Amino acid sequence: MARSTNRRVIAAPTSEGPLLVVDDFRTHFATDAGLVRAVDGVSLTLERGKTLGIVGESGSGKTVLSRSVMGLLTARNVVRSGSVRLNGQELVGASPSQLRALWGTDMAMVFQDPMTSLNPVMKIGRQITEGLRYHLELPKDEALAQALQLLESVGIPDPRRRLEQYPHELSGGMRQRVTIAIALACGPHLLFADEPTTALDVTVQAQILDLLQQQQRERYMAMVLVTHDLGVVAGRTDEIAVMYAGQIVEKAPTRTLFTDVRMPYTEALLKSIPKLEEPSHTRLQIIGGRPPDLLRPPSGCRFAPRCPYAQAKCHTEPPPLVEAETPGHEFRCWFPVGTSAGQEALERNLAQHLPAAEAAVTGDSHAAGLVEAVSDTGGDL
Amino acid sequence: MAGTGTAHLRATDDVVLRVEDLTVEFHTAAGTVHAVSGISLDVRAGETLGLVGESGCGKSTTGRAIMQLPPPTSGRVVFEGADLASLSGQQLREVRTRLQFIFQDPISSLNPRRKVKDIVAEPLRIWKRGTEAERKERVSEVLDAVGLDPQAAADKRPHQFSGGQCQRISIARSLVLDPTLVICDEPVSALDVSVQAQILNLLEDMKARYGLTLVFIAHDLAVVKNISDRVAVMYLGKICEVGSPDDIYATPAHPYTQALLRSIPVPDPEVAPARTGLLIGDLPSPLDPPSGCRFRTRCPNAQERCALEEPRVRAIGDGHFVACHFPVHGGTEPAGDAPVSVGAPRRNATDEP
Repeated sequence: MARSTNRRVIAAPTSEGPLLVVDDFRTHFATDAGLVRAVDGVSLTLERGKTLGIVGESGSGKTVLSRSVMGLLTARNVVRSGSVRLNGQELVGASPSQLRALWGTDMAMVFQDPMTSLNPVMKIGRQITEGLRYHLELPKDEALAQALQLLESVGIPDPRRRLEQYPHELSGGMRQRVTIAIALACGPHLLFADEPTTALDVTVQAQILDLLQQQQRERYMAMVLVTHDLGVVAGRTDEIAVMYAGQIVEKAPTRTLFTDVRMPYTEALLKSIPKLEEPSHTRLQIIGGRPPDLLRPPSGCRFAPRCPYAQAKCHTEPPPLVEAETPGHEFRCWFPVGTSAGQEALERNLAQHLPAAEAAVTGDSHAAGLVEAVSDTGGDL
Repeated sequence: MAGTGTAHLRATDDVVLRVEDLTVEFHTAAGTVHAVSGISLDVRAGETLGLVGESGCGKSTTGRAIMQLPPPTSGRVVFEGADLASLSGQQLREVRTRLQFIFQDPISSLNPRRKVKDIVAEPLRIWKRGTEAERKERVSEVLDAVGLDPQAAADKRPHQFSGGQCQRISIARSLVLDPTLVICDEPVSALDVSVQAQILNLLEDMKARYGLTLVFIAHDLAVVKNISDRVAVMYLGKICEVGSPDDIYATPAHPYTQALLRSIPVPDPEVAPARTGLLIGDLPSPLDPPSGCRFRTRCPNAQERCALEEPRVRAIGDGHFVACHFPVHGGTEPAGDAPVSVGAPRRNATDEP
């Protein structure tokens, strides 16, 4: 029992306060080309039993954030700073053995691709019992009995037979159920789900999201749902953080984010999705250009080169994260959406025929290409 | 289809592409994969046909079989009046100048070692169109049309561009020979949502500018609805439902279409995710598809008849067709439906009861 006793001493779970507190957290990669600022000053808190959605496009830093918070990035060129506290315990600077004691039992992760996150040459049963035997030190037969229960609870038919099967014998949806069973095995307090349904078909996606939500409620677990799909987080989270170029640009209770958006990037993201309730051939609003190079992020607001609202100030002064009227709603913007300052800025840009503004308002695909060309050369508008 | 039949084919003069009873089978060590099993489609000039379904439904195989890449196991593909299977290799190559393809992954579909101007000019060079100067001008024109600065882009190589820009280059290459029909196979699935919107708008613009007809293959129902004039829903190598996007999305008739629509997560927190009417289980193996209606193993409405008899495509409304014995609306399919002769589409789509 040495290991588990040891773990309890380290974890010292406090039932007071939020489960996860991330403060001014940074994760940079030292490369030959320079320092890639993948996560650059992220702060957030997560209460027990709550679900936080992290939304962003590829390269926004959402995956690096979740992996780095868990301490899964161990390469020598990773530079982490700031603070991550789980149950009051600091994780930045924690030793590998301290982290290993937390993985599985305190926090666990479900990855995007169930085929590559499962070991192809190990039976399903062994993969589930591995954590149970290591962390909880269960004897083999008890661990197997527990694995059987887990497979049942994640909705896998004929679980006894599955224990003896290999991952390739299962469909994509079944494999993802197995990875969820593995993640839940040791009863974690915090579950990261990083694009858990992106590799799956839409009918299976609905099944898996329902399963995650049901398990989270039953176990009173906190969950971080990382995705590029606003549809996935809309109905299933308490709070959403929108990431852009390594930073949180807007964070709000889910409802507020959709009804009272402030940050132009969030607005643009919402408007660029084709919606089923709109008639066909509805012109989509577009965001011209592409996200900035994280080696040399723009000196002002990171979204400014693509932003329809951007003014001179936006290109030079980075906006801080400020509070909106609704409690818990924060955003980064000098000329926020839905304010008179924002409206005036947009009208000014349209009057000057700036491509970023025209692309956003008219959906002009040609103008969108031009914005990209401009942001490519790093030129200012 | 989850049955067969050709009731939804149209007998008008402006049909650019007609696919009749297309079947594609792959022979593997494990047995015969029934990828596409007797589907029929047509596309009129200037129309966008959306082919939608989950992975493994045969939508990409259909797109490739139209191009004769590889030629289908059986069935006819008639493009601009010519049966592609009857053409010689040289004739087929000539036809493909008017029948172009855009692939899913924009980066791997461009040769990384060549410059953009050479990639886009290659079709012109192969077909010896115009002089060198005219070719150069044509390349500049299409690059500009897809929203790339011809001056800046011409001498760069694909790795210097983002995924969205590479897809613009692919589109430019497919347009340079002035095709009639472009088959787009998941052209936006590899792109971020913000870039996806750019490419969808661009395809609409190019369609208007060059008078294109499109076959748009995708798994994302909202994307397909946005761009299509007519939608065909596929399941396990068969067609389930055909109709206008607004009809199909507002009043789906096939239980599969209905379940598919319910599964989509809606980006609106006021809409609770559907709890009922979702599909259970996974797609059956195309090595050994279910008898009768292929959807019956997951269908909430399935009855004994569905295992015995394959449903046929029939009209249930103006331009709205379903292949189902017991659809959500439109009435039960009458028993003992008359056999449909293969290869001869009915002249009037609404003559089915």
